[in-house]
Amino acid sequence: MAKPARSRAAAAKSGADTENSAENSSASAETPFALAEPPENDFALRSLQEAHGADRRYKASDEELLTFYEQMLLIRRFEERAGQLYGLGLIGGFCHLYIGQEAVAVGLQSALDNGKDSVVTSYRDHGHMLAYGIDPRVIMAELTGRHSGISKGKGGSMHMFSVDHRFYGGHGIVGAQVPIGAGLAFAHKYRKDGGVCVAYFGDGAANQGQVYETFNMASLWKLPIILVVENNGYAMGTAVRRGSAETEFYRRGTAFRIPGMDVDGMDVLEVRQAAEIALDFVRKGNGPVLMELNTYRYRGHSMSDPAKYRSREEVQEMREKHDPIEGARKELIARGIPEDRLRDIDKAIRAQVAEAADFAENSPEPELAELYTDVLVERY
Amino acid sequence: MAIELRMPALSPTMEQGKLARWLIKEGDAVRSGDILAEIETDKATMEFEAVDEGRITAITVPEGSDNVPVGTVIALIEGEGEASSKPAASPLSAPTKAGAQAETEAPAAMAARAPHIPAGTNMKTVTVREALRDAMAEEMRRDSRVFIMGEEVAQYQGAYKVTQGLLEEFGPERVIDTPITEYGFAGIGTGAAMGGLRPIVEFMTFNFAMQAIDHIINSAAKTNYMSGGQMRCPIVFRGPNGAAARVAAQHSQNYAPWYAGVPGLVVIAPYDAADAKGLLKAAIRSDDPVVFLENELVYGRGFELPELDDHVLPIGKARIVREGRDATIVSYSIGVGLALEAAERLAGEGIDAEVVDLRTLRPLDHDTILASLRKTNRLVVAEEGFPACSIASEVIAVCMEKGFDDLDAPVLRVCNEDVPLPYAANLEKAALIDTDRIVAAVKQVCYR
Repeated sequence: MAKPARSRAAAAKSGADTENSAENSSASAETPFALAEPPENDFALRSLQEAHGADRRYKASDEELLTFYEQMLLIRRFEERAGQLYGLGLIGGFCHLYIGQEAVAVGLQSALDNGKDSVVTSYRDHGHMLAYGIDPRVIMAELTGRHSGISKGKGGSMHMFSVDHRFYGGHGIVGAQVPIGAGLAFAHKYRKDGGVCVAYFGDGAANQGQVYETFNMASLWKLPIILVVENNGYAMGTAVRRGSAETEFYRRGTAFRIPGMDVDGMDVLEVRQAAEIALDFVRKGNGPVLMELNTYRYRGHSMSDPAKYRSREEVQEMREKHDPIEGARKELIARGIPEDRLRDIDKAIRAQVAEAADFAENSPEPELAELYTDVLVERY
Repeated sequence: MAIELRMPALSPTMEQGKLARWLIKEGDAVRSGDILAEIETDKATMEFEAVDEGRITAITVPEGSDNVPVGTVIALIEGEGEASSKPAASPLSAPTKAGAQAETEAPAAMAARAPHIPAGTNMKTVTVREALRDAMAEEMRRDSRVFIMGEEVAQYQGAYKVTQGLLEEFGPERVIDTPITEYGFAGIGTGAAMGGLRPIVEFMTFNFAMQAIDHIINSAAKTNYMSGGQMRCPIVFRGPNGAAARVAAQHSQNYAPWYAGVPGLVVIAPYDAADAKGLLKAAIRSDDPVVFLENELVYGRGFELPELDDHVLPIGKARIVREGRDATIVSYSIGVGLALEAAERLAGEGIDAEVVDLRTLRPLDHDTILASLRKTNRLVVAEEGFPACSIASEVIAVCMEKGFDDLDAPVLRVCNEDVPLPYAANLEKAALIDTDRIVAAVKQVCYR
């Protein structure tokens, strides 16, 4: 089972840490050769996590929190509608929904400087695009394979891009976006444009070799990149503990001298606060940060996954106790935001998503001539 | 009894070298391990150590001598006391098979030089290695977005010395040594291209690019299409490709057909220095991802290159490198040299062969192939690579589909044997395409 809730994860981890320190101390007592890591290096690798621990939650204004709520809700409703359209046969192929993980994209991307930072992610990409403010209509129209889709209907759910928004995909090969993200970060550094790249990947992708090739070079060259592991507990059907020797992904940068941060990805304010710390570190030219965002996907890996590898109760518990949107809603109400206002937001988003779905359904398919366009840029 | 010291081969492909400096003189006593001389290959300056002990009785090649063939006796040692056993006759003492190729190509072969070179242009002999380096340097001067990354490209000056001098001129921010991590740096290069730069990614050889092929194909080649034309990926993946010399199966493969089969890529495989330079410059300027396949055995060959300020050639155009009437030999990369040799021999037997260098493998220049076929009505494809699903297969298909009525004989292909490349010298020789086989195939299509 995943470790989405920080409290639970923290408890498990502090237990593990105690064990480790006990082992370490006994080892050093027995063997004079046990080398302790120089304390300053140790501190560099842990400093961000410590800063994060000292101040976990972003102090959002009411309006900011309302915006986060609205963005998360847009993703939720959009994805629900995409699931419906898939069931109706309007969306084909693979379709990976982001339901449950909304706080990750919204919290992180709200901290970016949209004028210069760049983002790259996997095939589970609708949420990141919506969090970036890309028009839901052109995203939905891409899902239905229409000419007005963001990739003219030629990419589909897994392959969407918006160079205008510095959103570089939407990549279908598990883990490929990580070196691509490092390349985008390389370009920021080369051009000295002050930008940072955020590269998202899942707990499954985190076991790809190219990810570690990238960790090495990103750290070696001090590339401005935030490496974000969205740990949703399952690599398709394989629970994290069945596929990963080290399930604390934020520690996996240590061998490459990349500081790690362990973040509750179900709390948008915690995500945002962690993003601020990470961005500050990276923008100062210190090289990459590895963030683990502990989250959960409510739906199967893709629309065709019945998700038999976990219990209904497990999903139910996550929904009831850790839902990021419900959490934000409760906080807004506690702050005295009238429920009417939240209802109005909900209504507006439903209308927006319905309009996007209509647009996607009624847009024409691409012209047959499009089959032969965009293969090469130039004519030879 | 005198022991002959011979010019050593200091790399798998070395055929000759410069005896830069003697560190001993006649009459000196030498012990095993003493450094006798410095020898410059086209890639590096190497120290030549003594193996046998004794007194130097003669230095037969003076220092400063250029182009000393591998195997030449360069000095004699008289063993002290008991004569050491004479070194076994080394295969190096025999002239190596490609030795003759190291000479500058005969001007006759270059008669059909691209017409755009103005009359009276001064021609200069340069090696393919220098031509490639100059192409990169010129483009890096012209466009600050261009940079090169790869293993040993910077401080080491290139594993095959293709990037020699670039670090000094452009600095470590634009000439970047990577760890041995092809998959990772091919991905980083691809991402940098998507982010607006113009990377040149060098693979030490294309054999190692198999580790990176996912990014070349899935990330670089397909993204423009999948994004509806939004995402550019102007990147050049380059390095030596094909069989080198005696490095066996894992280091000896021609990947041209692999890449040429992928829509979204441009694939270039030049033969001579002028094409290497002009097409690499075009590749770097292209907005498309380019796989640029070089050949290690050709790096050191000298060719005539026009001295022009900006020598850029069109991508996608084959070139008739020798005109003829009786049969066409289509080839690319190192095969072009063999095809030209074959054509010379055939001329002596009364067959006037035309040689077409494809130069670009994707997009393939159907027009030039078919025009030549229309003229000669007989065609042979010569390819240093496996025969099955090859560039040759594709050329044959094009001739069948679009040139059937022009054919007076079935199109034949002359390729390597359909086996992993063996190490043993005799087996390697038997496995690789050669001039004899091309000559035989041309005779066959001419019914001679």
